Amino acid sequence: MSQGVDVVGIYVRDQDEALAFYVDKLGFRIHTDVVNGSFRWLTVQHPEQPSFQLGLFVPGPPMQDEATAQALRALVAKGAMPPMVMTVDDCHESYARFVGNGVEFTQEPLERFGKVDAGFRDPSGNGWKMIGEAKRTTAKTA
Amino acid sequence: MAIELDPGLLRRLLRAKDRMDASSHEAWPVGRLAQVSGVSEAHFARSFREAFGLPPHRYLLTRRIERASALLRDTDQPITDIAFQTGWESLGTFGRTFRDITGESPGALRARVRSEAGALERVPHCIVGAAGRPGLTIAVSEKRRREAQGTKSPPANEEPK
Repeated sequence: MSQGVDVVGIYVRDQDEALAFYVDKLGFRIHTDVVNGSFRWLTVQHPEQPSFQLGLFVPGPPMQDEATAQALRALVAKGAMPPMVMTVDDCHESYARFVGNGVEFTQEPLERFGKVDAGFRDPSGNGWKMIGEAKRTTAKTA
Repeated sequence: MAIELDPGLLRRLLRAKDRMDASSHEAWPVGRLAQVSGVSEAHFARSFREAFGLPPHRYLLTRRIERASALLRDTDQPITDIAFQTGWESLGTFGRTFRDITGESPGALRARVRSEAGALERVPHCIVGAAGRPGLTIAVSEKRRREAQGTKSPPANEEPK
């Protein structure tokens, strides 16, 4: 077994909504979905990255008191959490596919410095950057 | 306090902020922004400021300056073209506002960043841009006034327009 980072979690406002987004719209898979009382441990995985899980957690008891949870919900909704970066083969192709699935993009694909990047948000407000290599033969100027 | 705003409202305010980010060269009157967030104009201006710490028109200004700075740094486009491309209606207003906010003229910024080495190449470009965004905690007119007077008086209590 190799050492490394196994799980990184983000806060979402609703786990069912987040699950539908990451699985149905982005094509992730469920890794673990375990309920223990009011606590639900929910992680998803990129289909091509079995060594890493993205945790989808809701702020609140028993992990946080209500005031803290409220502050966390507000921070996520304001887009104040740090962005995540997803690597894709073809940013234009992924963009078209995700838009078709109803993903809310904040930036259309833009080619710069040999890369193509785009931006989107999950329903809770977490920001993603999506970066792919610019294909020299089919390069489009954005 | 922003913390008391409903997360659902905050998420919709974020959508308006995202739209300004995506098209900062466009005109963003409060009515248009309010429509994106699905609230009244009066409610929008107050809530946006509460949520993000500055009025929407000033936020837009920081984005335009950020974008102009990036174009000055990364392209060879004439400054006039950059001014119009980033949403200003006159070169004079652009130059004056740019200098008031960043402390240097567009031409001086271009010359300076080009003489500095590219240590930020490993950071995603979009993040580098955001990191260079000017902080605009006071109104540009207030900043101008204080520099003219050479004083550091406490910020005036500005209401969003």
